[in-house]
Amino acid sequence: MADSEATLTAHEPELKHHFDDSAQQLESSTLGMWVFLVTEVMFFGGMFGAYTVYRNLYRNAFASTSHFMNVIIGAVNTGVLICSSFTMVLAVRSAQLGQKKALVAFLILTLILGCVFLSLKYVEYHEKWVDHHIPGPGFQYADPRYFHQAQILFLLYFAMTGMHAIHMIVGAGLLTTLIVMAARDRFSATWHTPVEMIGLYWHFVDIVWIFLFPLLYLIGHTQ
Amino acid sequence: MSPTLPFASTEARTNYLNADYGWKSWLFTTDHKRIALLYLFSITVFFFVGGLFAVGMRLNLLTPQGLFSHDTYNKLFTMHGIIMVFFFLVPSIPATLGNFLVPMMIGARDLAFPRINLLSWYIYIVGGIFALTAVVQGGVDTGWTFYAPFSSTYSNTHVILAALGVFVSGFSSILTGLNFIVTIHKMRAPGMTWSRLPLFVWGHYATSLIQVLGTPVIAITLVLLGLERLLHAGIFDPTLGGDPVLFQHLFWFYSHPAVYIMILPGMAVISEIVACFSRKAIFGYSFVAFSSIAIAVLGFLVWGHHLFVAGQSMYASMAFSFISFLVAVPSAIKVFNWTATMYKGSVSFETPMLYAFGFIGLFTIGGLTGLFLATMAIDVHVTDTYFVIAHFHYVMVGGMVMAYLGGIHFWFPKITGRMYPEGWAKFAALVVFVGFNLTFFPQFILGYQGMPRRYAHYAPEFQVLNVMSTAGASVLAVGYLLPMIYLTWAWRKGPRAPQNPWNAKGLEWSSHPRPRLPTTLNINRW
Amino acid sequence: MILRTKAIHGSIPLEITWSVIPFLVMLVMFTWGTKLYFQNYTLPPNNALDIYVTGKQWMWKVQYPTGQREINEMHIPVDQPVKLILASEDVIHSFYIPAFRLKHDVVPGSYQTYWFEATKPGRYHIFCAEYCGTNHSDMGGWVTVMEPSEYANWLTGGTGGSMREQGEKLFQQYGCVTCHVTNTQGRCPSLLNVFGKPVVLDDGRTVLADEAYIRESILNPNAKIVKGYSPDIMPVFEGQIGEDGLLQLIAYIKSLSAPTPSPAVPKATRSTK
Repeated sequence: MADSEATLTAHEPELKHHFDDSAQQLESSTLGMWVFLVTEVMFFGGMFGAYTVYRNLYRNAFASTSHFMNVIIGAVNTGVLICSSFTMVLAVRSAQLGQKKALVAFLILTLILGCVFLSLKYVEYHEKWVDHHIPGPGFQYADPRYFHQAQILFLLYFAMTGMHAIHMIVGAGLLTTLIVMAARDRFSATWHTPVEMIGLYWHFVDIVWIFLFPLLYLIGHTQ
Repeated sequence: MSPTLPFASTEARTNYLNADYGWKSWLFTTDHKRIALLYLFSITVFFFVGGLFAVGMRLNLLTPQGLFSHDTYNKLFTMHGIIMVFFFLVPSIPATLGNFLVPMMIGARDLAFPRINLLSWYIYIVGGIFALTAVVQGGVDTGWTFYAPFSSTYSNTHVILAALGVFVSGFSSILTGLNFIVTIHKMRAPGMTWSRLPLFVWGHYATSLIQVLGTPVIAITLVLLGLERLLHAGIFDPTLGGDPVLFQHLFWFYSHPAVYIMILPGMAVISEIVACFSRKAIFGYSFVAFSSIAIAVLGFLVWGHHLFVAGQSMYASMAFSFISFLVAVPSAIKVFNWTATMYKGSVSFETPMLYAFGFIGLFTIGGLTGLFLATMAIDVHVTDTYFVIAHFHYVMVGGMVMAYLGGIHFWFPKITGRMYPEGWAKFAALVVFVGFNLTFFPQFILGYQGMPRRYAHYAPEFQVLNVMSTAGASVLAVGYLLPMIYLTWAWRKGPRAPQNPWNAKGLEWSSHPRPRLPTTLNINRW
Repeated sequence: MILRTKAIHGSIPLEITWSVIPFLVMLVMFTWGTKLYFQNYTLPPNNALDIYVTGKQWMWKVQYPTGQREINEMHIPVDQPVKLILASEDVIHSFYIPAFRLKHDVVPGSYQTYWFEATKPGRYHIFCAEYCGTNHSDMGGWVTVMEPSEYANWLTGGTGGSMREQGEKLFQQYGCVTCHVTNTQGRCPSLLNVFGKPVVLDDGRTVLADEAYIRESILNPNAKIVKGYSPDIMPVFEGQIGEDGLLQLIAYIKSLSAPTPSPAVPKATRSTK
């Protein structure tokens, strides 16, 4: 990627003074973002670990609670996120080609798709609220055999999808910033690092969902 | 290799300390050297807060029936642990000496992400404020290990506030590690290959790997603990279907590697000091470098040795025991290599070298007692006793804190442009060494005799050794106060230091004392 | 400056030597330690004596299949395998007998088992070794290892002695001494100089601490709570101490009070108990 770019000269404002050249700066930013994403993998990993333990321990309760996972919304959301990753890729490409209008358009599209995801998530959570499936003092569960176990499993559901949703909200904020920056001509074919970096972040958030969806919604789902 | 500099040194030469004045120039700085000093100041404050709690503890332990109420004592040891581990030991060397020196040692102008570096410090301060608020509001009494279900269901202290402080400060650690990894990978000067990196840098690289991979796990563990405390969903509460041992696994998955976060930078400092004061290249450079990486990797695979008596499967315990022995091998390799460096070297005994000797001896003792703890049958007897406390204080205080003090003295002329008073410094080092051993060696015996840890009052037969330990602690306290005083004095009033007072060979010594803002080094680009 | 240092940079044979030798030493330690550990975690012998130990904030309740119950005390015969079944009522504790090199966490929600054999008669410390809250350091006791004949004697309830002496034994056996004498820690009222005196309760009433009051306080502690103290701390001994034992305890508690000074009245009307 760095090869096809014209390099910044030392006087360009986007080259920070402590870097030798723009290639070094871009490589550093990219490596930095990848290292950050690895930390995110470890962060979610803790919850995936707890999920694995309890799912194994309480298989029957898990089968029972999986009935309440809304596979339709989950599937639509998966499609929405994959599309948003696609529009994000197109945004990055537009930035690389210096196409400001396309860049802004694709970023807005990505943001809209992200908001669709979050809206559907809200619908899902509301469903859970109505069903009294939110852990805490108001928790209720129809099958008394699995009351406690279901509460733990729902806690993990909310922790995992909730943490994911928080990352989506942060991503939406970042996208908004990018849209404003792009609209103000901050990006060019020579320098558009924030678009690429936030693109990486967005894809990561998407991938987390790709793991969450089968694990929480699909595997062992009972009708 | 003391190249002459192109500019004449004058009294009014601009350097990073006098380039700009005013609180804004410090609080909004992005210069790695200034940020290092911001950290130095805050870390020192936390060290003394944690130390005050220790004073309270040791005073309480003078008599079998204690001085304070049990609740107060329980809060004292909890806060001592939390502050010392998360707000002193974890950031100490990387955030101060690492920040200051890593760019200089590799020939870079700054870290890869200077603004994130400053953000790291602010995050650390916010975390610290949360923790101190928990203290002021009445404290926490769960122990720094926050074991459930006591912490999730039974404790009625400010668990969430304290956990929040630790959670937030964890991000400071992650960002520092991230910054170092990218800097070391991408910002080395031309010709500074991996095999030419100073061992200080290798040590910080290995530390950063652990910081980046391990810290997120304790973050999520504390989130789950907080959720459990609020919602009582049962994730760690057995009366609600949860498993309290799961908490222990999640907690120690980070907290064991965390001890390597704490010690690897210390070892990194010792490698530099030993080579310099033996006037000899470090023996076995590649072995020492790769040992750092080996410790980082193996350190992630041993957490279960904290659960030998917790009801963990016997076979899992065996595996953890075996790998715990394995991780001791690279540490041993380092100790042998440092010793071999001194062999046929020209050894002198300036203060940094005194601390290095102290480190090598005390870390070895601590490490060997670690082997006893890794031995499952022995661990049954001594785990959760003062033996463990003595073990980790030997490696952390006898090891890490000595390395920290040694490093501060070693690079003091570089950081401040002045020399500290060598006589006082040697004396303080001796006081620290004597005080330390008097404080903690009796604790090995206490633990072996059966005195459990976290005891506000104890059986009368343990009193003599406890009194000895408290006496030692008062000596140790003096040993720590002395450098506070003379280093502060020397910063303002010490004699001006030459550019390379130790004739050391690192790249960082080729800059003027008190480097410029930004750093300029006379780099022989080869 | 001429430095007489040798420019040695390393030596691979040396590195290998000092890696392999420590590793071999460690292998020895590992094998030895693991083997010993294994032995304690294998199945106990068939003739093992089962003892049930429950940790609770902040005491150890020890129960025997023959029905004896103790608090913070354990009596076992020498040279006899003993299997402990360990449980917790609340948080994680750890049952630790230093002299036996025995320690095991008690984890709420699961039973842990551990067996051992004591080889020397004597009295040895029991400690709690996992931090469990305010009185973690008080959660200790004693294990008494006895010759088989003594143990048999103990099982049948003792060799006699005056009621006061019997009561004192029970007072220690049931753990009353850990709270109710000098080391109250604000948990419970001291029983020194209580018998025969008025007691203010938390509901404002004042009652006389007579035999009936003592008996009720042992069997149903929550019926009357002394002002300034909390309910639900003292264990309920209903069904655990027979009437004989109760009387012995009352005799002992009486002995903790100085004789009530007689009021200044003529001898003929002096009150008697």
